[in-house]
Amino acid sequence: MEVMMNKTTDSNSERREMVINMGPQHPSTHGVLRLELVLDGEVVKEVRPNIGYLHRCFEKYAEELGDYASVTPYTDRMDYVSAMNQELGYVIAIERLLELEIPERVEYIRVIISELQRIASHLLGIGAFGLDLGAFTPFLYLFTEREKILDIFEKTSGARLLYNYMTVGGLMKDVPKDFKKDTAEFVKTFRPKIKELNDLLSYNKIFINRTADIGVLPEKVALNYAASGPVLRGSGMKWDLRKDDPYSIYDRFDFDIPVGSGEVGTLGDCWDRYMVRVREMEQSLRIIEQALDGMPDEGDVTEAVPKRIRLKEGEIYCRTETPRGELGYYIISDKKGGPFRVKARAPSFVHLSMLPAISKGSLIADMVAIVGSIDIVLGEVDR
Amino acid sequence: MTPDLSMSLELSEHLQKTVDHLSENFSDKLIHVYQSSGDTFIIVDADSILEISKYLKEELHYIFLSDVFGIDRYTSDERFEVVYNLLSLKHQQRVFVKIRCEEENPEVDSVVPIWKAANWFEREVYDMFGVYFRNHPDLRRIYMPEDFEYFPLRKEFPLLGIPGSIELPSTTPDTD
Repeated sequence: MEVMMNKTTDSNSERREMVINMGPQHPSTHGVLRLELVLDGEVVKEVRPNIGYLHRCFEKYAEELGDYASVTPYTDRMDYVSAMNQELGYVIAIERLLELEIPERVEYIRVIISELQRIASHLLGIGAFGLDLGAFTPFLYLFTEREKILDIFEKTSGARLLYNYMTVGGLMKDVPKDFKKDTAEFVKTFRPKIKELNDLLSYNKIFINRTADIGVLPEKVALNYAASGPVLRGSGMKWDLRKDDPYSIYDRFDFDIPVGSGEVGTLGDCWDRYMVRVREMEQSLRIIEQALDGMPDEGDVTEAVPKRIRLKEGEIYCRTETPRGELGYYIISDKKGGPFRVKARAPSFVHLSMLPAISKGSLIADMVAIVGSIDIVLGEVDR
Repeated sequence: MTPDLSMSLELSEHLQKTVDHLSENFSDKLIHVYQSSGDTFIIVDADSILEISKYLKEELHYIFLSDVFGIDRYTSDERFEVVYNLLSLKHQQRVFVKIRCEEENPEVDSVVPIWKAANWFEREVYDMFGVYFRNHPDLRRIYMPEDFEYFPLRKEFPLLGIPGSIELPSTTPDTD
């Protein structure tokens, strides 16, 4: 670890400020992130996040590929723990530009799959958050559940992490015969596990002590920094694109938007953000149940897939709610085969940018909790 | 010169109000208003972005700066575009404000004093396109190394390799 000493003079005694690097190889930075911490003893004076270690320039690739359909696998690799949601945003954007009509069955499958993915992603986020704070057991329990979702995805698409399952106009292939049964089974067995998780971790006294009143993000600051998703909702703001700006068929389902309440500490602390994710999983289960009921049994999922994507000139900004927040794709099409410009608005990037604002003055051990509670994926930060 | 910029556009109530108020207060700064795929785009004069942003935030409730990004239009004049994606949570309305700048010394005022979120967004635009933001508190490269000379998202930058650097191995198999 690289340590630099800066002598600063204090009125009474000579104090030393220390600059220390947390990362890029640090287990609780959730990827290759380097935080320069300016420390006074154990108190964090300043944080300077350094990113770019995973930068592949997704946007450049998208522009140079010369084809709209081949961009989808690249979107998978942005937020690799919720790849389905990333694909969904992109294909919806292209479909809107094409003014394509999507079959009912496809819409239902897409919703079920993206909500399953949301649960899987939150399970990883929550599990890793607990692990960062020394709670090892919940992590293992949650990964068992996540495994079940990945098994469903593997049966459906053939891959466990990067699926390339959604295509413009439909899906790569139909879901397997027992998809409905498997998903219903998962919903049934998973619901009691949330209660188990609450007993084991959420209302655990040690866990509350580590997360309550830590990393407080007031609503005003959250809005000024353009936070979205569970981070914004953890601060008490009721804003969810699935409800406020519905895409796909989300307007047909009945579900609530959980928000932080400052139950065990201050509104907008790490615990609030954590708890929003736990409660969102319950709501996702509700959506999945309703979607399973409404899903038509028959129908060709590749029916509306265009043979060649030919777009007229235009630009679109399409936003969807991923497990981490508002994911936007801004696409400009000219008359050529591929997009002229693709810009992805990644929620993790925005959330990381406000880390200095919420971690000033905290202890170095709490830094780990704060980084864990904003649940960033570095693949999406760097794109 | 105050043409009815919103003519022949179907705007929702708040967007109509936005366009009306802007053309009333900044009549000579508004260049063009158009719609595409349901979104509304307003092109404004680059030098007055700071005051227009301030007005949009304070008078018209666009408190949420969702994104700032650059576009390389690859044209001979006004090559670079910077787009501000604004959202009014109260009215659930989005508007896109665009400015254009020249290829030589692209420069624009930073909007960090108005929305803190602009900090990293503008750093990314600077890193990728080389658009300089005046009065930005911390304008450093965000992804690329500090001594990197090029701007990767400009259209002339190649997909593989750095210009003038060591030659890349051939991507086609040997024919002999």
